[in-house]
Amino acid sequence: MAIIIDEKTNVIVQGITGNQGLFHTRQMLAYGTRIVGGVSPGKGGREVEGVPVYNTVNEAVEAHQVDASVLFIPAPFAKDAALEAIDAGIKVVVIITEHIPVHDEMEIIAFARRRGTIVIGPNTFGIVSSGRCKIGIPPNQFFVPGHIGVVARSGTLTYEIVGNLTANGLGQSTVVGLGGDRVVGLSFVDVLEKFEKDPETRAVVLVGEIGGNAEEEASRFIKKMRKPVVAYIAGKSAPPGKRMGHAGAIIERGRGTFEGKVQALTEAGARVAVLPFEVPGLIKEALG
Amino acid sequence: MKFFEYMGKELFARYGVPVPRGRMITDAGEAAVVAAEIGAPVVVKSQILSGKRGKGGGIKFADTPEEAREAAAQLLGKTVQGLPVEMLLVEEKLSIEHEYYLAFAIDGAAKRPVLIASARGGMDIEEVPGEYIVKEYIDLCLGIQPYLARDICRRLELDGQPAKELQRMLPLLYRLFREKDAELVEINPLVLSGGRLIAADAKVTIDDEALYRQQDLPRVEERTPVEREAHALGLSYVQLDGNIAVMANGAGITMGTLDTICHYGGRPANFLDAGGGTGMEATAKALEILLSTNPRVILINIFGGITRCDDVAAAFAKVKQERGIPVPVVIRLVGTNEEEGVRILRENGIEAYKVMHEAAAKAVELARD
Repeated sequence: MAIIIDEKTNVIVQGITGNQGLFHTRQMLAYGTRIVGGVSPGKGGREVEGVPVYNTVNEAVEAHQVDASVLFIPAPFAKDAALEAIDAGIKVVVIITEHIPVHDEMEIIAFARRRGTIVIGPNTFGIVSSGRCKIGIPPNQFFVPGHIGVVARSGTLTYEIVGNLTANGLGQSTVVGLGGDRVVGLSFVDVLEKFEKDPETRAVVLVGEIGGNAEEEASRFIKKMRKPVVAYIAGKSAPPGKRMGHAGAIIERGRGTFEGKVQALTEAGARVAVLPFEVPGLIKEALG
Repeated sequence: MKFFEYMGKELFARYGVPVPRGRMITDAGEAAVVAAEIGAPVVVKSQILSGKRGKGGGIKFADTPEEAREAAAQLLGKTVQGLPVEMLLVEEKLSIEHEYYLAFAIDGAAKRPVLIASARGGMDIEEVPGEYIVKEYIDLCLGIQPYLARDICRRLELDGQPAKELQRMLPLLYRLFREKDAELVEINPLVLSGGRLIAADAKVTIDDEALYRQQDLPRVEERTPVEREAHALGLSYVQLDGNIAVMANGAGITMGTLDTICHYGGRPANFLDAGGGTGMEATAKALEILLSTNPRVILINIFGGITRCDDVAAAFAKVKQERGIPVPVVIRLVGTNEEEGVRILRENGIEAYKVMHEAAAKAVELARD
């Protein structure tokens, strides 16, 4: 089954008529994702790549069984679109958008908590259930079905690592992008819990980076896991006080350091790769 | 975006949070004027974005307007903690009965605002033992209700008039924090002086992503000119101090590339995330930004999803043809339109790498020669 999404997940695309929405809808359809509709206020009634466009999320939800929504919405309007999706009762909301103000992110997540909605992101590449469903933007060709769960804060670095796994015969069960922002919906612990219970996943790759304390939190759970975890943490060479691209990737007041994260993960029993290409070797070692 | 102390205090004043009498000045003569207006001993404080200006000699005391002028003359134009001092805050010196710590921040794990307070103010909060720190996550639906404010006072062992003042101040500060899209609002110390609570310092940081909707707030530029140029192009750039210029597509992979360079003994000159979907033109401009920093070697690491390898290759070709590239360039190209990209590079005299760490190792080798 893998986690959160599968081949039966029905998806709507909010912002389907924008450049990004259009391009990625095509890519997702090519992957085999069941995109049942799109939402673009004022553009209802059209069709995009054979997918009906609605004016509101409610209209889409009334016309179809909708399990998830993916948002290609500019930052100033993302909170509105996310709240709309959560309010309409959609259970999984994937927010691709970067540069959303952090106060908006807190509001989205507070509302999602009340409604029991899973929010993936913001500032994420999305989620891929290898061979079955892709919600988001990663390139189609690097994912291959298998038994390695991957959970990551970054985008292209994850593609790099997934590419390496695939090249080494290690397919993936589900690949989850948490997003690069400081405040995001799902965190490492949430996804690790799901991987631990998932019969299809045999080992987990955790791709972290400097800033925040998500990896330290994850370590507390990793201690209790039976399945092996291999981690790679980016940002060893990042100077303190500087934001390294992602809103959440900043070492502040001695918190969120590379060393702190590696130590916590190692003490919890995770194997930490020094460079990204070492990940497949460590997985093979862990699986024996 | 970090505020200078005087900006934070101006904001506090607008929201009804008490601050010392005083104002920001840019020349020594004005310091005397302000001291005279205040009519009492003053503190002359360098306005720099550093947490440790006291230790760096950035704060002076003056009993008279003439001393204030001298203190200001000594500070203006100097550097404190490596930062140039161009502005000073001259304000009344407070008699201090007690120092508290008070802050609103954002807790990434809790995904909520957090209120942090301590009766052990005036020192580095990181060094205060946990049992003296009051921490409360704020529910966005509730904000700061009176019962919560009373509870905070109780835990800080504040009562009487000061407690009433803190209870009045907390919702005002929280409102400021929310309305101004702040990532941090920190008062250290919050001083008990003459029975009143006064914000003796102000550290306010505004979420960069919210500046578009905070037009009436002042702007503070911490970036270098190159960082600003990159930002205007939609690129993420951080100046470092090595000699291998780096460009990659994605923050994580850029960090990973830097880490790999360091692992092989090299020194990155910068972080430059050209992002996803950066077209040919912006990539060419990014390359020019890198060249302008005079590196010994340039390393480009592209794992293209939305980013097209042929766009990156075309950008390289354009810059090479238009202005020449006087330093060795190592390019790793994998992903969308890889074959086309590799072909374009070959036509321009470059063999693209397929493996990230091999490209990094080569760049390090070239930088050593």
